[in-house]
Amino acid sequence: MELGVVKMKKKLVRNRNVENLWGILFILPSAVGQLLFFLCPILIIIFYSVVESPINFEFVGFSNYIEIWRNKMFLLAMKNTLIFMGMGISLITICSIGIALLLNKKIFFRNIIRMCFMVPVIIPSVSILMIWNIIFNFNGALNNTIVLLGLNPVDWMNSKYARILIVAFFVWKNIGYNIILILAALQNVPKEQYEAACLDGASKFSIFKNITLINILPTVFFTVILSIINSFKIYREVFLISGNYPYNDIYMIQHYINNLFNVIDFKNLSVAAIYLILIIFIIVFIWTRIEKKLLD
Amino acid sequence: MKKKIILTIFIGTIALIFIMPLLITLFNSFMEPNEVENQYNLIIKGIESDNFGGLKIIPNWISFKQYYQILINKPKYLSLFWNSVFIVCPIIIGQIIVSLFAAYGFSKIKFRYRNKIFYFYIFLMLMPFQVVAVPNYLILKFLGLINKFSSIIFPGIFSVFGVFLLRQFMLKIPDEYVEAAKIDGANHLKILFKVIIPLSKEYIISLCILILIDYWNMVEQPLVFLRDKDKYPLSLFLAQTTSEEMKITFAASIIYLLPVLLIFLYAEKYFVEGIKNTGMKG
Repeated sequence: MELGVVKMKKKLVRNRNVENLWGILFILPSAVGQLLFFLCPILIIIFYSVVESPINFEFVGFSNYIEIWRNKMFLLAMKNTLIFMGMGISLITICSIGIALLLNKKIFFRNIIRMCFMVPVIIPSVSILMIWNIIFNFNGALNNTIVLLGLNPVDWMNSKYARILIVAFFVWKNIGYNIILILAALQNVPKEQYEAACLDGASKFSIFKNITLINILPTVFFTVILSIINSFKIYREVFLISGNYPYNDIYMIQHYINNLFNVIDFKNLSVAAIYLILIIFIIVFIWTRIEKKLLD
Repeated sequence: MKKKIILTIFIGTIALIFIMPLLITLFNSFMEPNEVENQYNLIIKGIESDNFGGLKIIPNWISFKQYYQILINKPKYLSLFWNSVFIVCPIIIGQIIVSLFAAYGFSKIKFRYRNKIFYFYIFLMLMPFQVVAVPNYLILKFLGLINKFSSIIFPGIFSVFGVFLLRQFMLKIPDEYVEAAKIDGANHLKILFKVIIPLSKEYIISLCILILIDYWNMVEQPLVFLRDKDKYPLSLFLAQTTSEEMKITFAASIIYLLPVLLIFLYAEKYFVEGIKNTGMKG
C-alpha cells in the first residue's frame, strides 16, 4: 500500500518534470529571441546609464539620472510626450466608445462603415504623407480655404495647432482597432439585462452607466493599454512630417533619444530610455490597479 | 426608419473622413504627372510664396501615365517594392512559427514560472522601438547583421505581440481537448499540430495581417539598421521622394498600399473575428 503511494508520487513528480521540460522546449525559440533583442538591450542601456561615458567605464551611480533633469531638451521632450499621451489616449478612448455605440444602433451598411474605420489602421502612413502635406503645408489647401474666408493663413505644423493636429492624426490612425474591440464587447452584453432594466423603468442614462459601461469596461481597459503602446508609435508620423527637429510642441522623447543616437551620446540616451520605461511601467501599473478596483 | 436613415448618414459622414485620404490619393493617381506638378507646384518645390494651392480631387483627365512611369520606366521603384516583400514575408512566417510554440507553451503546458515569465513578456511588449533601437544596433553589429535584411527580420520574428494574441485565443480552447489527446497518447507536439492549429486558423490569419500591417509600414528600423539606400523598403522611398519623383507619388502610394488593402478586404471576416477576442480577459 505504502509502496503504491510512493510510486504514484514518483510518477507525478516525473510527470511534472516532463511538463517543465516540454514547457521550456516550446518557449525556448521565443525566449532566446527575447533575451537577445529585448532583455540584453535593456541591460545594455542600464549599464550605459550608470557609467561616465562609453569610453571610460567609470561607475558614477545615479548621477546621470539627476543630471538629465537640468537638460532643457529632455524636459521639453518629456513634457510633450506626457501631454500628447494624456490628450491622445483620453480622446481616442472617448471617441471609440462613442462611435462603437453609434455603430451598435440600427443602421444601414454597418459592415461597410465599420470597414471604413479600419482603413487608416491598414494603409501605411507614408502613403498619405503627400495628402497631409497638400492640406497642412503653409501654401496648402487648408490655408487656401482660410484665405478665401478672409482670415490669416497659419503655418500649421509650426504653430500651437501642431500638437492638436498630431493628436487628431493619432486618433484617426488608431481608432479602428479600438472600435472593433468595443463593438464586439457591446454586442456581447446580455439582452436580458436591458430587458430587466426596462421593466424596472430605469432611465436611459442609468441603463448606459450600470449595464452598458460595466459590461464593456474590461475591453475599454484593454484598448487603453493598446493605445498606450500605439501612442509611442506616433513618433513615426511626426518624423515623417517634420523630420528630426519638429516644432517645439511636438518634440517627443523619441526624438530626443534618436537625435542623441545621431551624435552618439549613449549616456543621456540610455538614461532617457530608462525614464521612458519607468513611465510606461508606472502608467500601466496604476492603470491595472484602477481596473482591479473598478471591476470589483 | 427615418431615425435609421439619419443615423446612417451621420456615422457615414464620420466614416468618410477616415477614407478620404485614401480616396483622394486614388483619384489623384490618375492625374497626368504634369498636372500633378502644376497643381501642387508650391508644395512639391517648397517655394516661399504668398499663394496657396488648392486640393484637387477629380483630375482633368484619367491617365495611367503615373502608373506607367513607375512600372515601366522606373525599375528602381519595383526593386524597392521587392525589398519590402523580402523583409516582411520572413517576418510573418518566422513570427507565426515562434509564436505558435510559445503561445501553446504559455497556455496549455503547466510548467514552473510560467506566469512570471509571461508577465515579463507583457512588459517587453510595452517597450517602444526607440528604447531598444540603439542597444539592438550594437547587438546586430556584433552579430554582423547591420545593413542586411536580417537586421530587421530577426528582431521582427521575436516580437511579443504574436505570442500574446495567440495565447489569448488558445486560453479559450478547453483544456479537456488537450487532456483527451494526452490520454490517447499524443505528446504536446502532436496536440499542437493536430488539435490546436486546425482550431486557430482564423487567428493565425488575423495575426498574419497584423504583422503585415505593422511591418509594411516600417520606417524607423530600416533608417537605423540599413545603410545602403537601395536596400530600403518602399515605405522609406515614399518618405524621401525628390521633387521629380513627387509627380508620380500618388500612384506610388497606391501601388504600395494595394497589397495590404486587398489582403485585408479578402480576409476581413477572419480578421475581425480574430482580433475581437484579443480584448477578452484571459
